[in-house]
Amino acid sequence: MANNGDNNAYWAANKRIIGISLVIWFVVSFGFGILLRPVLSGIAIGGTDLGFWFAQQGSILVFLVLIFVYAAKMNKLDKEHGVDE
Amino acid sequence: MDQFTLNLLVVGATFALYIGIAIWARAGSTSEFYAAGRGVHPVLNGMATGADWMSAASFISMAGIIAFGGYDTSAYLMGWTGGYVLLAMLLAPYLRKFGKFTVPEFIGDRFYSQTARTVAVICLIIASVTYVIGQMTGVGVAFSRFLEVSNSTGLFIGAAIVFMYAVLGGMKGITYTQVAQYVVLIIAYTIPAVFISLQLTGNPIPGLGLFSDSVATGQPILQDLEGLLSDLGFKSYLEQSDTTLNMFLFTVSLMIGTAGLPHVIVRFFTVPTVKDARSSAGWALVFIALLYLTAPAVGAMARLNLINTFYPNGTSEAALSLAEIEAGVDAQGNDVNWVNNWAKTGLLSFDDKNGDGAITYANGDANELTVNRDIMVLANPEIAQLPGWVIALVAAGGLAAALSTAAGLLMAIASAVSHDLIKSQINPNISEKGELMAARVAMAVAIAVATWLGLNPPGFAAQTVALAFGLAAASIFPAILMGIFSKRINNKGAVAGMLAGLITTIIYIFLHKGWFFVASTASFSDADPLLLSIKSTSFGAVGALINFIVAYIVSNATDEVPADVQELVESIRIPRGAGSAVDH
Repeated sequence: MANNGDNNAYWAANKRIIGISLVIWFVVSFGFGILLRPVLSGIAIGGTDLGFWFAQQGSILVFLVLIFVYAAKMNKLDKEHGVDE
Repeated sequence: MDQFTLNLLVVGATFALYIGIAIWARAGSTSEFYAAGRGVHPVLNGMATGADWMSAASFISMAGIIAFGGYDTSAYLMGWTGGYVLLAMLLAPYLRKFGKFTVPEFIGDRFYSQTARTVAVICLIIASVTYVIGQMTGVGVAFSRFLEVSNSTGLFIGAAIVFMYAVLGGMKGITYTQVAQYVVLIIAYTIPAVFISLQLTGNPIPGLGLFSDSVATGQPILQDLEGLLSDLGFKSYLEQSDTTLNMFLFTVSLMIGTAGLPHVIVRFFTVPTVKDARSSAGWALVFIALLYLTAPAVGAMARLNLINTFYPNGTSEAALSLAEIEAGVDAQGNDVNWVNNWAKTGLLSFDDKNGDGAITYANGDANELTVNRDIMVLANPEIAQLPGWVIALVAAGGLAAALSTAAGLLMAIASAVSHDLIKSQINPNISEKGELMAARVAMAVAIAVATWLGLNPPGFAAQTVALAFGLAAASIFPAILMGIFSKRINNKGAVAGMLAGLITTIIYIFLHKGWFFVASTASFSDADPLLLSIKSTSFGAVGALINFIVAYIVSNATDEVPADVQELVESIRIPRGAGSAVDH
């Protein structure tokens, strides 16, 4: 059984990975898809602009990558801290 | 073979499959009944979650909403998928480690309060019942259109099927049936989309076809659509017409509402380990994305085909004439029988107001055609003149989507009643056998109530979906999140926060939709809302914020969380040991 100090380090590392992931999550959907769409309007893609693509498809593809990268990083972190099953 | 026989064969074959699975996956213990014995492989669980989550709303309505709303409706696409990122990182792994059966159970234990648990049960039941009415209505519609039986007969058949596999098999039966239903619904959604994408763009992948050039005109199909809409005076498909504030908050509400819906969360209790809970959320999104990446293409292409049906020679030439609709074929020899087929259901109607013998489709007073947006997906194969078996498949897919979600919701309601009310508050000494029986009876009653509500849908059924999401977003999601990520939030803070979020959200919805959805009592409308440009459907995000703030302030002003509960929080953050929660 890992000690408390190590559990705290594990939890801090988990929160850091979540924080970075959620920044990306926010930027591709709320950012590129909504707030920053006017900024990206110069980039044309298939009859529309990049912001439209992110709002309708791009954000979903990034969400997918995010979850699997998070799962892989956490599996590694679990092993490093000896809390895996 | 005629269309009716085809429909009957395809739908009948899928139903036989579901019943076969139900008999094979009969539940023997409460663990199997509530959490499928926690032995479900993460990929299969992801598939079942996909079917559980994608309801009649995703399968039947969403592409139609996009077809008529364009860019503004992207909130549905981002909101209903982005919630899974939150689930995978913020909720699912820790709730799996907690290792109990229901969402109210976690809230009750973490906040050491029966009141908190009861508030969670109330939110769960309101949100789930609201949702289930929509599914049952969808089942009735699909049956009456495709199997030519009355709406009520269709509803009874659907309810009988759900009864068989949900009451017998519990979560185990539901999970394996949902895997089969996912396969049926995704094939049914994709095949017509592939055909239509090939016809319009030559690209077999609809998601890519959306951004490709039209084989007819050589320019991007989105530009073709934009041009036609502008000719007819409709609002732009590509530009934003909603306010940025409302679109932002609506997307937030749908995301955290998704992550807070109990029937989705409990799916992550069924996998063996914490590791599996994380990857299972990823697999769920893979299977959901297969439909969600196709949906915007289905929407845009359906709108394009709709306009082209009514203006076979372009918008500057004559519109489709009454004589052509009557004959079921236009001057070019295209089959337009679908217009008559759907006119019979009343979901599509036309009226030659100016008496010129043709049906004008345009924005404003000159318009003579009304199309219910919910028919776009179901009518799509007919509009694109696809073969009869594709139409039969779409019928089976729509039923699979509605039945799988209904079963998941009924499971959430039944376990809340038998586990969180009967076992925890009324009769704690109930035996496992007795609890299992109570759960089955609760499920049977829930099915009967849902069927009755499906037969007599309250006029407000459609509006209450906003309420379901608002409740999940403003009460359940923040409570679970704070329960895991903060050791400072105590029982008083959690209860005050949930009630504050819940009550402000309900009041805001009632102010705009009418008290208890009696429209005449509404003080504001979503066109001109009370606060800035925030529509009642987007208020869940604000309710969640209020929940967080109130919980924080009240907790800091009252006692610390007891040491044993702090230890519980420590333990759910660490994956090791979740396996021992199997079969307890």
